[in-house]
Amino acid sequence: MAVASTTQTGARPGRAGRRLAAPSWVGTVPFLCYVGIFLLLPTGIVIWGAVRNSTGFQFSNLKLLGNSDVRSYFVGSIELSAITAVVGAVLGAVLAYAIASGNPDGAVRRFSLAGSGVLAQFGGVTLAFAFSATIGPVGYLTQASWFYDFPQGIVPIYVYFQVPLMVLVFLPAIDGLRIQWREASENLGGSTWHYWRYVGGPLLAPAFTGALLLLFANALSAFATIQAWENQIAYTVPQQISVAISSEVGTANPSEADVLALGMVVMVAIIMTGYALLQRRAARWLR
Amino acid sequence: MAAITSVGEAPLTATARKPGGMQAGRRRRLNLFRYVTFTVFGVFFLVPLWSMVRFSFAGTNPGSWSVTPWKQITAPPGSSGAPDLLGAIEITLELAVLTCLVVLVLLVPTMIWIHLKVRWISRAFEFLCLLPLTIPAIVLVVGLAPIYNFIRHYQLSALQLFWAYVILALPYAYRALATGLGAIDVTTLSEAARSLGASWFTVMFRVIAPNMWQAILNATLLSAALVLGEFTIAFLLLYTNLQVALYYTARATANAGVVFSTSTAALLFAFTLLVILSYVGRRRRRG
Amino acid sequence: MSAAAAGGDEVSNVTSPGSETQELATRAGVEVRLEGLRRRYGQVVALDGVDITVQPGELVALLGPSGCGKTTTLRLLAGLEDADEGQIVVGGKDITRLPASRRDMGMVFQAYSLFPHMTVRQNVAFGLRLRRAGKDKRDERAAEMLELVELSSQAERYPHQLSGGQQQRVALARALAIEPQVLLLDEPLSALDAKVRAQLRDQIRRIQLEVGITTLFVTHDQEEALAIADRVGVMSRGRLEQLAPPTEVYSRPATPFVAEFVGLTNRLAGTVSGSTVTVRGVDLPLVDPSTPPGTAIALVRPEAVTLASEGASDSAALVGTVIAATFLGATSRVTVDLGDITILAQLSTSDAVDHPAGSRVALTIRKDPVLVSRDGSDSPHA
Repeated sequence: MAVASTTQTGARPGRAGRRLAAPSWVGTVPFLCYVGIFLLLPTGIVIWGAVRNSTGFQFSNLKLLGNSDVRSYFVGSIELSAITAVVGAVLGAVLAYAIASGNPDGAVRRFSLAGSGVLAQFGGVTLAFAFSATIGPVGYLTQASWFYDFPQGIVPIYVYFQVPLMVLVFLPAIDGLRIQWREASENLGGSTWHYWRYVGGPLLAPAFTGALLLLFANALSAFATIQAWENQIAYTVPQQISVAISSEVGTANPSEADVLALGMVVMVAIIMTGYALLQRRAARWLR
Repeated sequence: MAAITSVGEAPLTATARKPGGMQAGRRRRLNLFRYVTFTVFGVFFLVPLWSMVRFSFAGTNPGSWSVTPWKQITAPPGSSGAPDLLGAIEITLELAVLTCLVVLVLLVPTMIWIHLKVRWISRAFEFLCLLPLTIPAIVLVVGLAPIYNFIRHYQLSALQLFWAYVILALPYAYRALATGLGAIDVTTLSEAARSLGASWFTVMFRVIAPNMWQAILNATLLSAALVLGEFTIAFLLLYTNLQVALYYTARATANAGVVFSTSTAALLFAFTLLVILSYVGRRRRRG
Repeated sequence: MSAAAAGGDEVSNVTSPGSETQELATRAGVEVRLEGLRRRYGQVVALDGVDITVQPGELVALLGPSGCGKTTTLRLLAGLEDADEGQIVVGGKDITRLPASRRDMGMVFQAYSLFPHMTVRQNVAFGLRLRRAGKDKRDERAAEMLELVELSSQAERYPHQLSGGQQQRVALARALAIEPQVLLLDEPLSALDAKVRAQLRDQIRRIQLEVGITTLFVTHDQEEALAIADRVGVMSRGRLEQLAPPTEVYSRPATPFVAEFVGLTNRLAGTVSGSTVTVRGVDLPLVDPSTPPGTAIALVRPEAVTLASEGASDSAALVGTVIAATFLGATSRVTVDLGDITILAQLSTSDAVDHPAGSRVALTIRKDPVLVSRDGSDSPHA
């Protein structure tokens, strides 16, 4: 009776007569360990460092957030991100509509999407180089020095990767607009304006707003591009984090970096929650 | 012919018909909009790329053409302070391969396992995989710094960056693989295989995984593109990868041609990967 | 009314006394005339000269295989596509050049046409909202329509919360809310389960009769068409093959295509001479006595074939073995193997049980006038 019968890996534990085997969720342990060490631990370190110094728990580090310099970094970041998110969202929506209204299997669509995929990831130093080749001191197109002003000069560069991201995120929503809705609206007496005002617009609104939030978070987190473009002065939070943790200046300031990082995480977390909620609404209508 | 009677599958535009009729007029206006949109956006996106390409063929005299910048990839100019570009390229490619491998090894078995045996974890799992989107690289690196100090005691190679890169790639790889898993009936396939006597190992690697090869390829290419473009973490952890090397080369020699040629090459490479991807994806839809 | 039996254990409202009275009463619809409609998509000819006149208050069903042009015809009438040539006249007015939004027609699509972000009530009232009707009027009319389709209880629900059949009923209510001149239905039942389909089909017909609106109903399901239409228009390859009441389309098909598309047909090789065609030793009268002589294929309905025990036949060529019998309720369909071909016979079940599978039988073909076709093509050649 005690002879062990063949067990399947991950078999239900506790079956009478069977040898107890490990519960199924054990299979996820390798993944959990990995993510635990390289994602959750660093996050914990950041939060820990922001609320603690060498003498124990204290929140005075957080007072740094009241510091006018620090505040200017946040304002700068938010300003730049908001502008590029709105511009990117509107332009991206227009471009997405142009792509969506074409042949679904056509070359135009395929290349546009591949191009968007590349350019959305393009940001970073390569993008900065391309722009310096275009509008930099020996630029191909022009040598306008106001492009180094913040934020207006950086906006076109950020828009360069925001628009493709918008296309990637928003195109599925436009695809989700069924042609029958347009035809039904027309049949019931609605003009193009009526359709967009009462049907198309409201249906796309959650997806659009969600995408806008995503673009906002994307711009907030961007580091490489602005670092390669404007490494003399720190305007944004990521830049200042970089200054704070590097020993270039001589005195690394980990606490400041932690606090700034925490501030960023909170901002982005709020935005991403909003995005997730809007996505769910959009998905229900435009599946 | 079938396009007329099938539901919702007719493209919003079709080739222009004879003039006259409301629908034809509307289609013409739409096509005009598309041409204008694509032209304007095309110019905006192509000009910086063109400038970059132009600079990659620039000789020492302004306005001249030369292949030198391309040759310089293997032998960059500048003082001994300039980084080893070729070495950086090499290590980045190795990193890409390593990262892709680890991502797949980590995610594919885990996701299949969860789908088959531990469904109730999938929500939490999804949350963990998408978490890196909320914790941007610039924040992550603040928490990774102490961990990497630890790693540096044992290994100095930049290859160690893969630990962090896998985390960065998680959201994109997860989405690609989740789409692939969702497209096949995992439960039925695995039950069929099990009823024929297959072990769990066989089910995972010889039944399920081969059926999601497009998703796996998708995840691989996205991860590779990400590694090729990564700057922030390598830079702030004081490693030298492709983007970091380019950054320092550009700092050392303003407008060094080699910077543009390498960037162009990297961009073309990523673009090719994604075009391949779009063809791979399409075949699945038709089948 | 319909020769094709439906799985009808439901009480069909169509034959209830109340609606029959309405059927005979004056209908308040308008006449719809489609004249010489032509439409091409590149090289493909979708419509090749279609003429249809729908009487006021009539329900005409357009029936045919996919690609035959029935949907195109409907969409042309709705204004969702432009005709290359031809005219569309509704209630005496030429509306060929009028945009779809001004045509005053109500359309029910095959699926997915309800606006997902609006409640059922808001969907139904949408057309009225576009016409700037006041809130009270809108609500009143919406309530009226919802009651007509028996969905008043679902007024505040969203489309995704309703079943397929319910969604189509809401779509119908929405189309009728604007009091259109014409009602257009584009395969409204095709996306639904079989059981729901039959119920909804009868409900649509009942409502159509009650409202008295001129209706064009597109379907590829002949049972549907025969069950509810006043007249059926059978289409093939962009042309109208026959436009006639259901009984006529079934028992007096105008072309071989109609004969073979509607109901079942036996294709029997034979020879035409004079005004008869000789099939396996039996002379059958022709529908068209002027058919040129020669070899041809006679189209014989299974109901025209009767079985008897072996020995009672007028032709040795009509003796064979029963290989299968399909029980359909009151009737059965029996497949008989004559050696070189098989023939379908449809007879009452009580007769069919006398000849079980394996028994030898002799067939008799009733001398109804038949159509012939040549070399198996659909070319009209009655």
